Amino acid sequence: MSEIKVSVVSSNEEIYSGEAKMVYATGSLGELGIAPGHTPLLTGLAPGPVRLETENGEETFFCSGGFIEIQPNEVTFLADTAERADSLDEAEAIKAQELAQKELSDRDADMDFTKAAAQLAEAAARIKTIQKLRKNK
Amino acid sequence: MANTKEVRKQIASIKSTQKITSAMEMVAASKMKRTQDLMMVGRPYSNKIQEVISHIATSNSEHSHPFYEDRTVKKACFIVVSTDKGLCGGLNINLFKSIVAKAAEFKTNGIDSSFALIGLKASAFFQSVGGEVVATADKLGDQPNPEDLIGLTKVVLDLHKNQDVDEVYLCSNRFVNTMTQQPTITQLIPLPAIEDENLVNTHWDYIYEPEAAELLDGLLTRYIEALIYQAVVENNACEQAAKMIAMKNASENAGDLIKELELLYNNVRQAAITQELSEIVGGAAAV
Repeated sequence: MSEIKVSVVSSNEEIYSGEAKMVYATGSLGELGIAPGHTPLLTGLAPGPVRLETENGEETFFCSGGFIEIQPNEVTFLADTAERADSLDEAEAIKAQELAQKELSDRDADMDFTKAAAQLAEAAARIKTIQKLRKNK
Repeated sequence: MANTKEVRKQIASIKSTQKITSAMEMVAASKMKRTQDLMMVGRPYSNKIQEVISHIATSNSEHSHPFYEDRTVKKACFIVVSTDKGLCGGLNINLFKSIVAKAAEFKTNGIDSSFALIGLKASAFFQSVGGEVVATADKLGDQPNPEDLIGLTKVVLDLHKNQDVDEVYLCSNRFVNTMTQQPTITQLIPLPAIEDENLVNTHWDYIYEPEAAELLDGLLTRYIEALIYQAVVENNACEQAAKMIAMKNASENAGDLIKELELLYNNVRQAAITQELSEIVGGAAAV
């Protein structure tokens, strides 16, 4: 068993479905490397890049939270929202990060602190994905 | 016999109604495509999450979630998915009928019912019929946002958690094809244990990161939210299809009516001419 079936789905589309030799993702308790034959594992998915090593090179996706289910021959990403990393816009992401930071520092304003913190984490993860993708190119 | 002016007026009014219904038919037809697409793009997610849930059901978990618990049923909750607008034939009323029948059946078994309503039509119906309403969500539009349903879902799940409700059902229309929509009532809680045959014979369990309880709670809640969202989207597609058919029928009926009235109009006109002629002839003979 040298390949593992991978599907990445978000609530409004199927992002990826195919085989991979190795999968890297950020679980809620830290980074995960998933090789074929992995023991069954159920974990949360933290906002961040999901990287697949396939026959024809690498694929990177950005997922903003959700769940990962791992079976020995299958990995399923149930993402809240997911997108192909190629379509990520760095300028947009940086803008979102700045906005979230501003909201966080602006504590008096009538807003949800945890929500802003989550937004900031997501924006930071987005930027990290883009930068990682650049380095690999 | 009616006079020509009256008949002509009637024809004109039916013609303008026909214009409206055929316009609505075309609007529904174009919206139907979009709502069906929306229904399709949601499918992979709900299929996948269903698969994962079936894996969980077959795992020999040390932790059992309350959603799988079979309690003695004292109270059931129906989540009713309806449309906001009418003019879609019997779509809503067929669904409501099957729900009322089910609730009556429960009543004879000593089970009370409560309702969580999505869509204005359901609110209006259950207001007039009576019944305990625990939550409502309406005006979701053609592209419903999953976030708009979270509140309603949470209310129902909290009721279940506090033992106020023992079973939860999801009632909505299934989209079979453009001509047929099937009212269905599916059981959400307790979750029917769908098992994956490939995994059933082995003894295994997941590693959970972090705690099993926390993770399963999150995942199962997400699953139920996804099912409800999918039902709403599917119901939307049903609404547009039913509306298109209803409006098509209305336009056709208006056409038939116009044909009949035109025949009547010609008869009346001919009769008037004949009468006038015979009066002239009679008058001339008298002179």
